[in-house]
Amino acid sequence: MLQVKNLHASVEGEAILRGINLEIKPGEVHAIMGPNGSGKSTLASVIAGNEDYEVTEGDIIFEKANISELSADERAHKGIFLSFQYPVEIPGVSVTNFIKTSINQIRKARGQEDMPANEMLKKIREKAALLEMDRKFLSRSLNEGFSGGEKKRNEIFQMAMLEPKLAVLDETDSGLDIDALRVVSNGVNKLKSDENATLVITHYQRLLDYIVPDVVHVLIDGRIVKTGDKDLAKVLEEKGYDWIKEELAQQA
Amino acid sequence: MDLKEKLISSFFAFEEQVDLENDVHVLRNKAIEFFELNGFPTKKDEAWKYTSLNKVLKHDYSIFPKREVAIDYKDVRKYCLHEIDTYQIVFVDGVYASHLSSTTHDKFDACLMSSALNNPKYEPLIKKYFNKIAPEDSLVSLNTAFSKEGAFIRVPKSVIAEKPVEILHFSTGNEAAMMLQPRNLIIAEENSHLQIIERHQSLTENPVFTNSVTEMYVEKRAQIDYYKIQNDKENASLIDNTYTEQHNDSICSVHTFSLGGKLTRNNLNFYQKGEHINSVLNGVTILENKQHVDHNTLVHHQQPNCESHQDYKGIFSDQSVGVFNGKVLVDKIAQKTDAFQSNNNILLDDKSSINSKPQLEIFADDVKCSHGCTIGELNDEALYYLKTRGIPEREAKALLMFAFANNVLDGVKLPAVKQRITKQIANKLGVELGFEL
Repeated sequence: MLQVKNLHASVEGEAILRGINLEIKPGEVHAIMGPNGSGKSTLASVIAGNEDYEVTEGDIIFEKANISELSADERAHKGIFLSFQYPVEIPGVSVTNFIKTSINQIRKARGQEDMPANEMLKKIREKAALLEMDRKFLSRSLNEGFSGGEKKRNEIFQMAMLEPKLAVLDETDSGLDIDALRVVSNGVNKLKSDENATLVITHYQRLLDYIVPDVVHVLIDGRIVKTGDKDLAKVLEEKGYDWIKEELAQQA
Repeated sequence: MDLKEKLISSFFAFEEQVDLENDVHVLRNKAIEFFELNGFPTKKDEAWKYTSLNKVLKHDYSIFPKREVAIDYKDVRKYCLHEIDTYQIVFVDGVYASHLSSTTHDKFDACLMSSALNNPKYEPLIKKYFNKIAPEDSLVSLNTAFSKEGAFIRVPKSVIAEKPVEILHFSTGNEAAMMLQPRNLIIAEENSHLQIIERHQSLTENPVFTNSVTEMYVEKRAQIDYYKIQNDKENASLIDNTYTEQHNDSICSVHTFSLGGKLTRNNLNFYQKGEHINSVLNGVTILENKQHVDHNTLVHHQQPNCESHQDYKGIFSDQSVGVFNGKVLVDKIAQKTDAFQSNNNILLDDKSSINSKPQLEIFADDVKCSHGCTIGELNDEALYYLKTRGIPEREAKALLMFAFANNVLDGVKLPAVKQRITKQIANKLGVELGFEL
């Protein structure tokens, strides 16, 4: 589904990603772990199409098409979704109207008619219930004055509404208490199918107790330096990242 | 001959069209003298520092239309609020167009200024209200001198005007350039309620210059909601002088939507003569090219326990220019005044500009007055966020602009008007309304 090939990216001239290779197949959950500043969020942004980052080398292939040159909205049309670490507050646009706009713009780009209003309403109710969101929440301005937990819930609510093929979750666990973490990961797990894939970016192993990955990658200094199964996450939780850095130093 | 001289010499021709015995003519004579003495304002006047009339005044305007031009309803239908039932007072090149209008004298009066000026029945009202709050100012005087036609609306005590009244001015371009000076008088007596929609619309590219004066009286516990739609052609300029006097427990809101035209100046003034009054001044301005809009507001708190709310939002692209000059004056007696003023602006281009000048003059010591002014750009992070949700750049920008103007649009109580304006804004931003607000 997603192939990242030798991806190099920089921001304001500073190289952040230095040759990332990654392949995610339908039905898989991948986790990217790594210390602060290793380039995790940059990878998420570059996959989503943030123009603040310059791809200097390499390609991103999504469902056999090279999407490196596509804008963020075009990538969303193809079925890529990014759950933000820090969702942006947009006063004046309600959650409901935002998600309606988003869904219908994506449908328009795919040559489909607007979603019928009753279908939309039903879906909004269903997905809001999945995320245990209060009805009142939906009429509030997007993310304005939301608590950290509410913002993340709202991100996963949007994901549930848009049903992306690839969901990239950037530090979705940060700022969540244990109850919110349960609700949010339950939401993500319910949306999992054989046709879609998830890329979980996290600093801590905690989230991976709830969203269990098939593959765990360790990102250090803009490169994936180790790949393993879910047990690798546990090792990292116990031993931190230093031992990998030492291993690398020995190899070098 | 410049425009000032032309106007003064036209006054004699004008006198042939009106009743010289009428008391109003004394006012006209005084007014033309005042205008002759003072002329058009220039940038040297503090209140006109950021707005020059030079480009507007250079045309050779006809002061009176040479002949009447018949226009069909189908030509102007799109400018009328045909979705809902309204009364309409329609003028074509300054002349009343009866076939396009629907006036009333039934439960309230929505008719012509000329009939109010000439009908003895209305004489006491004219004596009491005409030219009483419009100050001695050169543009107002110019209008008073040529005052003859416009809208006259009076809602008697305890009457709720069941339909909104539309005041529509069309110019046909039959003259190479046309100057129009409508004069409106609006009276809402005790406990009455009235809604008004006003629009000036040119139907051609020929220059039009409108110098309009509206006097509005909102008596005890009465309410007026006034919507001004300014979305005119590139060669049409408007000076709107509106003066509102409010009495105890009255509410008056004026919403000004400035979306087009060459130069628009809104002189919007509120005088609070009683207690527990609420005055609302809202505006959305969205400009492009070289358009220029100047909002010059005054709220004069003259009695205790009153409120005023001003909220002006502006979005400027290309080389457009915005001016906001908002004055709140609180007399010593006006304790417990609650006055709020806000002017927020987004500049989309380096060449667009906004001059924002809030002025608070407070002589009372127990008041709550606040004002704020911001000038910014569209938030790039928000734009990116919207794009990751599949909303293309143009739609995302439009959505953010709507969101920015949303609280003002929310204040529009007539759904049909809100829908119209939302559509006009969407057209302007080049998007189909794929979103709701």
